[in-house]
Amino acid sequence: MGKSRYNIRHYPGFLWITVLCLVLLYAPLIVVMAYSFNDSLSITQWGGFSLRWYHDLFTGVESAKFKRAAVNSLFIALTAGVISTALATAAAIAMVRGGSFRGKTLSFGMISIPILVPEIVTAVAMLIFFTSIGLKLGYLSIVIAHIVFCIPFAYLPISARLQGIESAFEEAAQDLYAGRWQAFRYVLMPILMPGILSGFLLAFIISLDDFIITNFVKGAGMETLPTAIFGAVKQGIKPNIMALSTLLLLFSVFIVTLSYRLGRTNAKNSTH
Amino acid sequence: MAAIGSGKTVSSTYAPVRGWLLLPTWLTIGIFMLMPLGVMLVYSFLTKEFRGGVLWEFSFAAYDQFIFDRGLFGDEAPSIEWTYITIFFRSLVHALIATFFCLLIGFPTAYYIATRPTGSRYLWVYLITIPYWVNLLIRTVSMKFLIRDNGPINQALLNMGVIDAPIHLINTNVAVQLGLFYSYLPFMVLPIYAAVERYNISLSEAGADLYAGRWTILRTILLPVVKPGIIAGCILVFVPSLGAFLAPDLLGGAKTFMIGSLIEEQFKGTASNWPFGAAASMILLSIILAVLMLYARSQARGQV
Amino acid sequence: MLNMFTQRKTLALLFAATFTAGQAQADGKLSIYHWFEYIPQELLDKFSAEHDVEVTMDTYDSNESMLASLKAGKMGSYDVAVPGDYMVDIMAKEGLLDTIAEGELANKGNIEAQWLNVPFDDGRQHSIPYQWGSTSFSVNRDVYKGDISSTDILFNPPEELAGKINMLDSQGEVLAMAALHLGIPQCSTDKDQLKALDSLLSSSKENWASFGSDMAKDVLVSGDAAAGMIYNGFSAKGRAEGANIEYAYPKQGYIVWMDNVVLLKDAPNRENAIKFMDFMLEPENIAAVTNYAQYAAGVKGAGEFTDPALATSPESNPPADVSGVFIAVCDQATQEVYDKIWTRLRK
Repeated sequence: MGKSRYNIRHYPGFLWITVLCLVLLYAPLIVVMAYSFNDSLSITQWGGFSLRWYHDLFTGVESAKFKRAAVNSLFIALTAGVISTALATAAAIAMVRGGSFRGKTLSFGMISIPILVPEIVTAVAMLIFFTSIGLKLGYLSIVIAHIVFCIPFAYLPISARLQGIESAFEEAAQDLYAGRWQAFRYVLMPILMPGILSGFLLAFIISLDDFIITNFVKGAGMETLPTAIFGAVKQGIKPNIMALSTLLLLFSVFIVTLSYRLGRTNAKNSTH
Repeated sequence: MAAIGSGKTVSSTYAPVRGWLLLPTWLTIGIFMLMPLGVMLVYSFLTKEFRGGVLWEFSFAAYDQFIFDRGLFGDEAPSIEWTYITIFFRSLVHALIATFFCLLIGFPTAYYIATRPTGSRYLWVYLITIPYWVNLLIRTVSMKFLIRDNGPINQALLNMGVIDAPIHLINTNVAVQLGLFYSYLPFMVLPIYAAVERYNISLSEAGADLYAGRWTILRTILLPVVKPGIIAGCILVFVPSLGAFLAPDLLGGAKTFMIGSLIEEQFKGTASNWPFGAAASMILLSIILAVLMLYARSQARGQV
Repeated sequence: MLNMFTQRKTLALLFAATFTAGQAQADGKLSIYHWFEYIPQELLDKFSAEHDVEVTMDTYDSNESMLASLKAGKMGSYDVAVPGDYMVDIMAKEGLLDTIAEGELANKGNIEAQWLNVPFDDGRQHSIPYQWGSTSFSVNRDVYKGDISSTDILFNPPEELAGKINMLDSQGEVLAMAALHLGIPQCSTDKDQLKALDSLLSSSKENWASFGSDMAKDVLVSGDAAAGMIYNGFSAKGRAEGANIEYAYPKQGYIVWMDNVVLLKDAPNRENAIKFMDFMLEPENIAAVTNYAQYAAGVKGAGEFTDPALATSPESNPPADVSGVFIAVCDQATQEVYDKIWTRLRK
């Protein structure tokens, strides 16, 4: 190799591939962000910097529609996020702190099903199911669907965090005559909270992002942001949609940063 | 990370109540995921009503339509119907190509990131994670905007004089593959990253001390150890690619169907054939299950 | 924030809110099922304000997908829909339409005589006229400058256009256009003619870039396609957005259609649906749709309020020597063959 000692961490070209990877991932997003500030009706010509499309988004004729969709989206994501996180937390405690038991692998498989089944199949199955039991499609059908597919996403960060917490803490608490619930409430839960929050944030964003399943199980006159955006872009990628996309994108970045911070505290705590 | 070791010894603080803790999740997924899949299976054996709707009469018609061609008027001797097999095969090819390129770009990226010092490593991970959290629909739309004939890339290349005519990508198979690759690339990087991060780099260093070349070390020492991460990444890219709807619809012009768009068409489009859509979903699900079983078996073998 | 999670009350409230939100189906609502990009939002807002009704609207992109969705469980969710002529006939036969009693519509007298007793709804028992127009195709004149007065543009395109054509994702219109090209009757029961129709479509497919109705204008404006099947008003809007496109009236014939507001059976807000129909029969209101969508209204006096430029626009003025046809309703056997042709086309 010519060199007397080489750095095994270094492979020629890997840095460039990494840079290429990031460029590929970011280029489309950055272009859309840039064009959302374009002061021109035509989306291919640059007409100078302007906030007019953001203005249009909040005050234009379609603003009421997007506002309704945003409220629906947030409401559904909050509800589905909270409920799926609660279910996942209980499940994670049973799986990680419940000893070894028959059906543990089966339970894990069960929790993973919503990730493993392709979204389009889940969508079809739920549409058929809701229709055949006569449940009117609307808020409730969307929220139920979202809870189901959010469970595994909430479960993973929570169980990962739980595995990193020594059970000695709770055992000590129980030795001091704290009941199981008290040991959970005052000892385990505070330590587990960053994991629960990351789980919630992931479930929240997954629910907020979902298009395919929502599109199948939504009722008459119901739109969430993704279904509203999809309907709009079919008729052309307009600048106001780019502005909306940019806002959603920044919101996602905000949530990742929040979750990333939580992850860092996770890492710090578990190395104590 | 060190503390995880102690977590691995099975703790059973909550053993007496584990049944109650698992019950809500079991019920939710059982009722709202497994039962719907069961009802879907039943639907795939029902009869399609003329002009949409379903009749509760048992029939193999949906599967028959999938496999046999009986001519335009249904009076010819059945021959193999290639239409849907072609669509499934095309989806498989698209998904495999997307997986291959994700691996090609994703593996070096994951390795590079995982071998950075702790501080900058987190920053790299953060940068890779962001696109994963950004709405898939928005990312697909952005890609469509970027690559269209009059889009920014073609405009820039034309203005610079690199090309004379726009590169036509939109509504082609390549656009669909590019879309799938772009959609699921982070899914490949993250599991491999996790595997390489856990990999003990001193194994490679030992190899280097024994005068093994870089690529030999990569092939014979690193790859076998991080293989589970690579396989996990491949599955995370392959499975959603196979059932993708947005990429073929927005980037492929809805002309060349993939499985996802074929199924969607049965419920949302003009075709309106619920039993057939249910049957196609069952077939897709079976393929995915087969892939996962193969994976589980290879995992089981690896642990021996 | 942390405490919020433990507050069971908050959870209970969220639950309660979820379920009540799910049941919000009160009075003062109107649920419309409508074609995409057709009615100006301002007009809906006007109706909303005048009658104190909250209007929600879902959109569809073909008559067939609207029918499919209604039959697949959406009946009872919408009050009114806007099907094209032949689809009104089909929906009535399927029992999806409610009957408007005599005297229920105050503005029924505003319907132009020629649109009152129509074959698809004699005496207007279920519907009112909305807009009428035509379907054929438009060509980007920067790309192709030759003659476009033939359906060859779609089914046997010149080199410049091959592979750059968008087709409507609408079974009725594509098959009717193909029948015009072949010079065979619609809904033919002749097996050879049906086979010819099938092979024409499957052989033309390689020249087509995409299928889509809602994107039919955008692909021409953005340049993703150089030619495409399109409705006349939609093409006019594309031209207004700066695309150098020309709408063709092919010599083999073109498709004429009339969209109609129908009263759906089991409408949850039937009263408001009737109010909406009366509202759409006001000349000023229906003219607002015409000005927005660039089609033509079927209401007396609407002309007073329409944009004068419309009267002379090339999209609205077919040459005298070509004629349009309405889409026919096929019998079940033929329709099943049509369905099969359509499915085979989309492989």
